[in-house]
Parts: sequence; structure tokens; C-alpha cells
Amino acid sequence: MSGFLAVLRRELRLALRGGGEVLTLLLFFVIVGAIVPFAVGPDKALLARIAPGIVWIAAFLSMLLGLDRLFRPDGEDGTLSLYRLADLPLVAVVAAKVIAHWLTAALPLIVASPFLALLLAMDGETLLRTIVSLLLGTPALAAFGGIGAAVTVATRRGGLIAPILIAPLCVPVLIFGVGAISPLGGPDQASAAMLFLAALSLMALALSPFAAALAIDWGED
Amino acid sequence: MSIETSPKQSWWNRLAHPGQFVIWTRPFILPLAILTAVLLALGVWFAFFNSPADYQMGDTVRIMYVHVPTAWLSQFVYATMAVSALGTLVWRHPMADVSMKAAAPLGAAFTAMALFTGALWGRPTWGTFWEWDGRMTSTLVMLFIYLGIVALWRAFDDQLRAARVVAIFTLVGAVNIPIIKFSVDWWSTLHQPSSVFRADGPTMPGSILTPLFIMFFAFTFLFATLQLLAMHTEVKRRRVMTLERRAARGEAA
Repeated sequence: MSGFLAVLRRELRLALRGGGEVLTLLLFFVIVGAIVPFAVGPDKALLARIAPGIVWIAAFLSMLLGLDRLFRPDGEDGTLSLYRLADLPLVAVVAAKVIAHWLTAALPLIVASPFLALLLAMDGETLLRTIVSLLLGTPALAAFGGIGAAVTVATRRGGLIAPILIAPLCVPVLIFGVGAISPLGGPDQASAAMLFLAALSLMALALSPFAAALAIDWGED
Repeated sequence: MSIETSPKQSWWNRLAHPGQFVIWTRPFILPLAILTAVLLALGVWFAFFNSPADYQMGDTVRIMYVHVPTAWLSQFVYATMAVSALGTLVWRHPMADVSMKAAAPLGAAFTAMALFTGALWGRPTWGTFWEWDGRMTSTLVMLFIYLGIVALWRAFDDQLRAARVVAIFTLVGAVNIPIIKFSVDWWSTLHQPSSVFRADGPTMPGSILTPLFIMFFAFTFLFATLQLLAMHTEVKRRRVMTLERRAARGEAA
């Protein structure tokens, strides 16, 4: 457990002190959200209707963008090889890294989402539901992202391929995430979508470290 | 009494050797190709001349004889890949790697064909080339997964290392595909429900089912033929790469 916490602490320290990458991702999130009105026009009614989708797409893209720094720097400087030899199982290391990834690439976005909601003319109740659905859904995005980053860490051009691999797997997260905010079939569907979203996140978080650790272990030799 | 030192020559071991695999399976290719050609010719003849036009859809119903088999193969090929991935991960079977690599582009091609014929069929019957309906959407996502796997194969230089990593991703995809299907169905549904395999028997008349089943087997055998050929090509490609590497090393020395 102490090793797990040490990895987590190291990741957080690297992310927070290493040149403000967290702020860059945050800026990207807000810019993607703020650029949509330029493309679809400043019609407030339309913006309010598509705002949940915009927030989710912005969060999805920002998390994909941050994926490459999950394992690649450690793979390049040899830290990953040391992790493979450590007493701590590789699965625990990967789980710690995925949690750190969520804390540094998803949590700041959720904190900043009210600002985006203001720009997109979202009302208070929708904003609340958006925040809850982001909180429930982004762990699944981080978990799938962990698999994508692990599978491509041994390749030279993996940075481009990981998002392509991961995007189809994230379709259910987007569907239930947006479904929990603006339900297609009435309010009772929204709570169902919320439950599905939570189930998806729990399952992905529980299983993905094993797949990712296996991919790292067998991809490197 | 002597201790047997030569490796056990079971069919399983023999298939594990790429050269032996090619020698053993080469005789299958020609009969499979002939069978495929005969079934395809028969199926096309049935489809065009010996099956009725639909009372609603008219002659466009004949698109079904290509659409349904390719849609079936888009899932069957993934199952083949998933089984091969298990072969790679559990038994480290060398030919499972090759089978997995050969199947990915084939699966992408069949999925693309299913989408293309579906669009051609949807235009006259539903009035649109594309609709965001559950099955069409999940087939599209399937195509993206196939293409992602092909891209992942190409990103690696070392194919043996690539095989293990791709196998893991293939299995992750296999776990996710039912979830994607379920979520997309939940999201939107317009496509008709299954009408061939149902508990109370098929809802189609036999005159349509006969050509459908012939085409179904024709396309499945087509896949088997192409898969074997692609595996042989991959074995040869690897041998050429090894020889090239050896030649380069010889020149350097």
C-alpha cells in the first residue's frame, strides 16, 4: 500500500510541478467548449440544448490529449522497466497512474465546467447534472485511456494511435454521460443512464489496470 | 530402452511450425476456392432469377443476399480474432499470431461492405443513406475498432511483440463490443429486429431463405479461403523479412 501511495504521490508531484501541463489541458477544455458558438452561431436556445454534449466532447478530447504523458515519459527514461522489476505488482503501479491521471486530467475539468456552462447558457439544474455525470463518467475514460496508452507505449508513433483505439471503446461512456444529463425518454431514463454510467466506470476501473499492466509487461522485453 | 528426444509430432505441434503449417494447409486452398466459387455462382443465380421480389421493397430486397452475410461476417471475423488472441496469450501458438493479423483487414473489409450495401439498401427503402440507428451505429463503431487494430499492427516494428499487445487489445475489444451494442441500442432503435434466428422459426418464406443461406455459406467460405491465403502470405512475408535481415547482417560483417 505504501508503494502504491508513493507512486501516486510521485505522479501528482510530477504533474503539478512539471511545466503546468494541468493548466494547458484546462485551457484546451475551455477553448474547445468556447469555440463551438463560433461554429454554430450565438443562438442561446440552441447552445443551451447542445451544451451537455459540448461539455462532454470537450472533456473527452482533453483527456485523450493528456493520454500520451501517462506511460511514455516513464517508458522512455526507463522508469517503466524498473516498475516491472519492483516488489509492487505492476497492476498496482498502473492503477496508481490511472488514478493520478484522473486527478490531474479530469478533476480540473470538472471544476472548470461551471465556467463553460455559463458561456453555453446552461441552466442551474442541468449544470448540477452535468457535474454529477462527469464525476461518474470520467473515471471510465481514464481507465480506457490507460489501456490505450499501455498498448501503444512500446511503439514509436503511439501518440496518434492511442486516441483512435480508445475512441470507439468510449462510445458507451458518451452515450450514458449525455443521456444522464438530457434524457431522451424522460427523467426516469436519466437515473437509469446515471446508474449505467457508474457501473461502467466501476467495471472499467477495476479491470483495466490488469489489461494495461499485461500490455506493458508483454510489450516491453 | 531409450529416452525419446525428438519433439512429439502431434498435429498441434506440427501446425505450430509456420513452414509445416503452409505445407499442411496448402491442399485446402484450391478446394475451398472452388467451393466458394460454386456456392457464390449458385447463390447469385438464386438471388437474381429464382427468388421473388418483395411486395413492399421490390427488387431492392436482393441487396439483402450480400448485406446479411457480410454483416454476419463482420462479427464472425472478430470472434475468429478473439479466439486467435486467446491462442496467442494462452498457448503462445505462433500461427495464432498470423491468423489474428490476417483476419483484421478482412474483418474491416467485410464490415465496410456491410455498411456500404446497407446504405444502398436504406436509400430506396428508408429514404436515407444513413440513419443513426442502433445496429448501423454499432457496425460503424465495429469498423473503427477493426481499423484501429490494423493501425496498431502497423505501428510495431517487431511483429512478435506486436502480436501479444494486439491480442490483449483484441480481447479488451471483445469484452467491450457487447457493451457498445447494448448502449447504442439503448440510445436509438429503428432497425428491424432479428427475423431469421428466432424461437418461433424464421419469419421469411423459404423462397428467400434458400438463396440467403447459400450466400451465407458462400461468404463464410470466402472468408475461410482469404484467411488461409492471407496467413500463407504473412508467413512468407516474415520469412522474407528474416532473410533480408540476415543478408544485411552478412553484408555488414
